[in-house]
Formats: sequence, C-alpha cells, structure tokens
Amino acid sequence: MNLNTSILKYIEDVKSGTFTVEEFAAETLQRIKDVDSDVHAYLSLNDSALNDAKLIDQKISSGDKIGQCYGFPISIKDNICITGTKTTCASKILENFIAPYTATVINRLQDEDAVITGKTNLDEFAMGLTTEFSAFGPTKNPWNLDYVPGGSSGGSAASVAANECLASLGSDTGGSVRNPASFCSVVGLKPTYGLISRYGLISYANSIEQIGPMTKTVKDSAFLLNIIAGQDANDDTTINNDNVNYLENIEDGIEGKKIGIIKEMTTSEGLSSEVSIATKDAIGDFESLGASCEEVTLPTIPYTVAAYYTITSTEAGSNLARYDNIRYGYELESEGYEYNSYISKSRAKFGPEVTRRIILGGFVPSAGHAGKYFLKALKVKSKLISEINKAFEKFDYLISPTAPVQPFKFGEKIDDPVTLMLLDYNTVTANLTGKPAISVPYRVINGLPIGMQIMANSLNEKSLFQSAYALESKTNLPEVPL
Amino acid sequence: MTKIGLEIHCQLTKLESKLFCSCKANYREFEANHNICPVCMGLPGSLPRLNQKAVESATSIALALTCDTPEKIAFFRKNYFYPDLPKNFQITQLNVYGDMSVGGEGYVSVEDKKIKIRRIQLEEDPGRIIYEGASERTKITLVDYNRAGTPLVEIVTDPDFESPRQVRVFLNILSDLLENLGVAEPGLEGAMRADGNVSIEGGNKVEIKNIGSFHDLEKALHFEITRQQSLFERDIEIAQETRHWDDRRKITVSSRSKEEDQDYRYFLENDIPWVTIDQSTRDRLKENMPESISSKKERYIQKFDIAPQVADIIASDRYYSKLFENAYSDHNAKDIANLITTDVIGFIDTKEKQQNSKITSRHLSDLVDAINSKTITRNSAKVALQEIMKSGKDTKEVLDEMDLGQVSDSSEIDTIISQIFEEEKQAVIDAKERPETVNFLVGKVMQKTKGKADPVKTLELIKSKLNQ
Ligand SMILES: [Zn+2]
Repeated sequence: MNLNTSILKYIEDVKSGTFTVEEFAAETLQRIKDVDSDVHAYLSLNDSALNDAKLIDQKISSGDKIGQCYGFPISIKDNICITGTKTTCASKILENFIAPYTATVINRLQDEDAVITGKTNLDEFAMGLTTEFSAFGPTKNPWNLDYVPGGSSGGSAASVAANECLASLGSDTGGSVRNPASFCSVVGLKPTYGLISRYGLISYANSIEQIGPMTKTVKDSAFLLNIIAGQDANDDTTINNDNVNYLENIEDGIEGKKIGIIKEMTTSEGLSSEVSIATKDAIGDFESLGASCEEVTLPTIPYTVAAYYTITSTEAGSNLARYDNIRYGYELESEGYEYNSYISKSRAKFGPEVTRRIILGGFVPSAGHAGKYFLKALKVKSKLISEINKAFEKFDYLISPTAPVQPFKFGEKIDDPVTLMLLDYNTVTANLTGKPAISVPYRVINGLPIGMQIMANSLNEKSLFQSAYALESKTNLPEVPL
Repeated sequence: MTKIGLEIHCQLTKLESKLFCSCKANYREFEANHNICPVCMGLPGSLPRLNQKAVESATSIALALTCDTPEKIAFFRKNYFYPDLPKNFQITQLNVYGDMSVGGEGYVSVEDKKIKIRRIQLEEDPGRIIYEGASERTKITLVDYNRAGTPLVEIVTDPDFESPRQVRVFLNILSDLLENLGVAEPGLEGAMRADGNVSIEGGNKVEIKNIGSFHDLEKALHFEITRQQSLFERDIEIAQETRHWDDRRKITVSSRSKEEDQDYRYFLENDIPWVTIDQSTRDRLKENMPESISSKKERYIQKFDIAPQVADIIASDRYYSKLFENAYSDHNAKDIANLITTDVIGFIDTKEKQQNSKITSRHLSDLVDAINSKTITRNSAKVALQEIMKSGKDTKEVLDEMDLGQVSDSSEIDTIISQIFEEEKQAVIDAKERPETVNFLVGKVMQKTKGKADPVKTLELIKSKLNQ
C-alpha cells in the first residue's frame, strides 16, 4: 500500500475497494511507529483512530450516509482543542491541559468522517520557525533529519511529508503554515483572515492568525478548505464565503493573468542563491503558463518584520496572561505564596522564546512607549494594507519565495533571534494584511525543499488555487528519502 | 468649592445572558462556579461572542442620558493581573483614540443643575473574591466566577456635584431611570455600585474606591470632604491619590497599591469586530424606549392636572406608575393619583412590599369610583386598601365583608347624632357657643360609625340639630 498518496486518490481507492479505511489507517499507524521516533512529528496519538476507521468501514459497507472524507487520516497541530484530549501548545504550562470542548474545524472534519491520527509538535505556543522551541523536543525534517522542518507548524508539515498522515491542520500567525510547508515540501495555505473559524485554536496573536490546511497536493488543500471554511457562530470574526467550491475549475489555468513579483522579497540580502535561482525558474514557469510577470514594489515591506513582532508580542502578552495556574494548569502548591509571587513562580514554566515575547509584549504597548512602538507598528500595518490593495488593483497574484533560505541544521540559528526573525520576511505580509497566501513545493535542491509563495486578494482563494495548481503541474519532485 | 465626580457601574441584569457567552446574566441564584463556561472562564481556545442585546441595552441607556452615540463602537482589552479576572484582562471600551464607546457626552438634570456625563462604556464584570478564615493568618481566598462576564455599564460624570446630597439625588434619579428603561434592577445587591472622586478648592483630586452602597458613598464623600478641609486648614497638601473606603471604621484609607500608576496596556480586542449602530437601530431603540420619567411627569401634570409633587412620585417609580397607568380613566386620574400618594405609598414603601402586595390597578379604580359615588368614605377606603393588599380579594367583596359601605341615610345618622348629644352634653354646649368646635362631634359620629358616615351630611345634620 502506498502511503504517499493524495486525499483525492485515497478517496477513489476506498470507494473502489482497493483498500479499506481500516487497512489504510493501520498502515499509517504502523508508519508512525516506524518513523516517528526519528521524526518526532507527533506529541500524542489518537488511541481510537483505528476504531474510528473501522466504524467508517461499517458505514460504507452498510450503505449509510458517509462523509466526504472517507476516513482519510489527518493530524492536528497541538494548539487546536479536541474534547477530552491533551492540548499542550508544546508548553510545560499546558502539559496536562485537557480541552473540555472541540474546535469548530475539528467538528467539521469529524462530521465529514475524517480520522484524526494525533496532535503534532510545534514551537511553544506557535512562537518560532524551527520547532526547536517546543518544550518536548524538536521535530526533524523528513528530507534530512539533521535539518529543521520549519515552524511553528513543523510537526504538521513533517507528519504529512513523512507519510504519517495524508494531511494536517496547522496555524499561521506570521508564516507558521507556509514556512514549514516550504521546508518540508508540502502545500500550505494561510487563508483570508476570517475565512476559517478560530474557535478552539489557542490564541497567540489573534488579530492576524488563521488555521490552514497542509497537504500533499494543491487539490487536497482546496478539498480541505471546502470542509473547514465558512462562518461560525462561535467566532465573531468569521466571514461569509458564500459556500464557494474551491475545487471547481481548479484546472482552469492562469492564461492572461497578471503576476507581480514582489521586489523587496526577491532581492533581499538574506535570499540564498538556490532560492534566488528557483524563483527565477518559477517566474519562467508562470510565463510559460500564459501569465505576464512584472516586478512590483511595496516600499513598506522592510518594516514589516519589526511591526509583526511588535503587534504579535503585544497580543501574546495579553493572550498568554491567563496562564496563571489558578483555574487550570499543573501541580504547584500555593502554600506560602501570595498572589503575585505565586503567578510569577507558576509562569516561570514558559520557555525562552515565549518569555522573550511576553516581556516584549509588556513593553511595546506600555504607556510612554506605545507611540514609539505599538502604535507605529499599527501604522506600518495600515500603510502596508493600502499598498497591497493598490497592487491588487493591477495584479491578480503577488509572488515570492516562501522563505528566503532552505532548511538549515539544528542549532544553527536558535541563538540568534534576529536572524531567525528574518525568516518571516516573506510571509508576515499576508498576515498583517489579512490576504490569502499559499506555499507550493517547487524544487528540491541538494536534497532540501524550496517552496514558492503566491498571494491573492482577500477571499480570492479559488483563483489562488488555480495559480497554485498550475505551478504545481510544472514541477516534478522526488519522493521523500525516509 | 467642593467638586465631586462619580463612576457608576450598573449590571444589565434584565438581559438573558452574559456579555460574551450564553451563561446567565443573573448569576445570583447559582451555587459558586456553576454559572460558567469555557468562554467566561477564559479557557485557552475560547472566543468571546458579543451579546448584541447588551449593546442595545447600553445604547438605550446612552440615548436616555442624551449622550452622543457613535455610529461604530469597538472593544478594548484592559490588561492587569487579578484573581477575579479569568483572562487577566478585562474586555471594556475606551475613548482615548476617538469616540468608540456606546455613549459619549450627555447630561442629567438634577434640581436645575446639569450634571455632565462624560462617557458610557459597556464592559464585563469580573468574578467575586471571597475571603474566608478566622484570622489574618488562616485567611484563604476563594474565587467565584459566576459573575465573570456579566454585562456591566460604566457611567462616568464630570466633577459637577457640589455636595454629597446632590450626589444622592442624582443617584436616585439615575437608578429610577435605569429601572424605568427596563435594563437593570438597581435594587439588587451589588447590581449598581459607585465610586467617587473629591477635590476641594485648591486641592488635588482624590479617588475613593471600594464603596459598598450608595448610603456608604454619601458617608465616604462626607468623610473625605471633612478630611481634605482639615488638611487644607492646616496648610497640608492634599495628595492626589486613590483611597479605599474602610467599611468597618467608616473612614477612607490611602491605598497601598499604586492603582493610579498601573499601566493597563489598552489595545483593541480584535476577537470582537467593530459594531455598527446605525441610525435605524437608534431610531428603533428610541421608539421602543419606555416613556422617560420627566415626560411622564409632564404628561400627568398637563393632562390630568395632577399636582407636580404627586406626579413626580408616581412617574419616578415603575411600580406606582404602572399601577396608575392601568387604573386611571380620564375622569378619575387625579383621584387615583392622590389615593396612591396619600394611602398606597404609606403601606407599600419598599420593593419587597411591592412584590408581596396583591393590589391591582382594578382595585384602585374600583375604590376611587366607590369614594366618588359616595358608596364609601375615604377612611373606609384606607381600611379596605390594607385588606386588599393582603388578600387581593375583589373590592366589592372586601367592602361587604368588612361592612364598609357608607351610611348616607339621614335618619340612621340622625339616630346616632341623638345618642352622641346625650353622651357629650358639655361638647354640645361648647359647640353652640363656639361653632369651630363642632368637629369634635363630627369625629364622635365617625368613631361610632367606624368612619362610614358621610362626613358632609353628618356636619349638616349636627349643625341643624344644634340650631334646634
Ligand atoms: Zn459563560
């Protein structure tokens, strides 16, 4: 049985009886057993996965109504809540937190008969770009175990790349879906802000983050978005998408479309030569598909990373304030402490990157400093929005490489937070502006993947998928060597 | 000159649910921590869902207080750590970056003085902290989150009050107004709270917090004014600070925590999109708003020729005005109003008595009709009222049972007068000499008839008998 298959092919095979849901699930669980001690994509497994698969087989054989997922195995980033299961955010502070409710995206997947394999690793509270900041140890890149898988949804990306599931849900605050997608050669989508319910996603920077599908193919991404997108009464920020079918006309091509090549993201100092060459190839591919490419400049981009960290730290400082170990948390005797000393003691469990951002988040919006930092960051954000809206008056898509570099070795950048932050340079724009962006696997050079990023205007995911599918069809990538 | 400003918090207890979840807004009936859910407990992954009805209630308050109401409102996070705050931030509103709260400037007239309202905000109430234990050393702190997330409206005034008495009059007007609007029950314990700030001529502003009741507020203000004056007289500077009301010692005490220095790091609550309150919504709210107390009062005076003090009493109280509105017809409105203010109020002067009383508007109109048709006397009406409040029985039934029908038959009254003349010989002589003492004899007749004799007729008959 080939585990390296797409969701759509899997569904065909189950429908035609090539294999049963249970057989595929069992094989997947065996694969996890075989490789995950090396990869460490998962933090916990769903004990009832095989049973869930069996029940779906029974539904199929008895002719019951069956959900459109047909029991394909999907992993979930461990910052998304599922009733009765641990949701740790890869943090010691939530090590034993069992969610008493289920995220909307999970409900929608389960209603359509998806089988959840388990919860995947991430940088603590989704803050990081390598999974090295997970409190439970890093995830390895399946393409080369000495290399980082990207982050923060590194566990999700690695689980898909290593064939430990067919798809995963990650979350993307500044590139956390697209960056690991690029590093692990999977498709990662950050949808328009508000397209997918965040109910049940543990907030890091709630004004800009979204849950996003991570899949092996562009079509699978569209398939998953069909299931999880749309308004939700539990999330006031969700928007109506008129039940668009994102798979429909996905093969229409991009003939005659106008593509803007973002100058700031394709000529930046930090861009590696491999990524630079790949980008030039991609532009050639887009042109050969009938699109016209032209350079476009968004002058605010050099300020976006600073603005991004200012805004996200401010929100993180507030969103993570609730972890005071009073209502839930871990065992910590309160005897002998008064309130303030108790919460500082209990909050000492946060890891270094989270602590760094909480401290930053206490400073940049504070009285006397907000004008210089937080309010200025908001100005950058609104300036960037007007620039990108202007660009979309002219262009259908804006492109760049997803990350300025290829995956690097563990430990190489972890002690240099500023260099690490620059990895976000190409991805934060989509979050700050709320626009949809997708990372498409494009090259594997020296055994390490490179992804291309395409951005579209708000709610234009359908068109975004058409361009991503077109680019994907131009690629011919090797299989993961694991 | 003394300047006092107020910060009033009023729960919107008439709403079904909390501000951001479907737990009950009326948390009072629940066992501790039994009116909670992932949202109001701020569990990771939960999101606030704005209760649109709360926005409407708060907007109604803003409109009733003649406040400016912006087209779009936003919510902000006020960040601080406190055990009663499940998220360690409070979702509230802020007007620092422009008018974004439910209400801007407005005013309330208090005895010909306009008290300016600075702003009105909609926010969530925190939970409740309960201290238990015998001594300071064995003290334990418990938190009940049932209240957390209850819709709360904050009303801030300018320092326009000149005396604690004016504050009391204002708070009475305001709580009557809020109750009349049908959005709050200021009488419920803890449903309406007020903090004050005080400054005297030449001194700094001092905030007073932790005041349990309006009664204590008045006391705290008095104390604070006296304290500041005595400092001033001794040439000691009045420090700008926050002081807490010590309920036990009945004094204000300087706060150890520097609350005024606390940095709340306010920023937009992005989980709640901006809310548009367009003109049509405002028009609808205005239309559905119950008649204001002042316009009610005006109507009573103009239409029914009711005395201003009587109109004021009835219009200001939801219970009395409801009794009145359902009882009157054009010909007896004034009499019903007078019956309420002279007799009913005497019997039903607390909220509890209002709840327990079985009197209905029908009773009132029946009683007034009976008085007007001289079926009973005013005195008998008063006796009947007491019984009706207890039993709720039909007016006619009560009058019959208690034998309260008026004696207007001349011969019957005559017989009684003859008896009185026998018994009170000296009084009869006095009355003949000094006619103004005749009322004593009338009173005796009323006593004997238990107030049932028609007083006008009785007087007539006594006078003619005296002249015989
Ligand atoms: Zn609740």
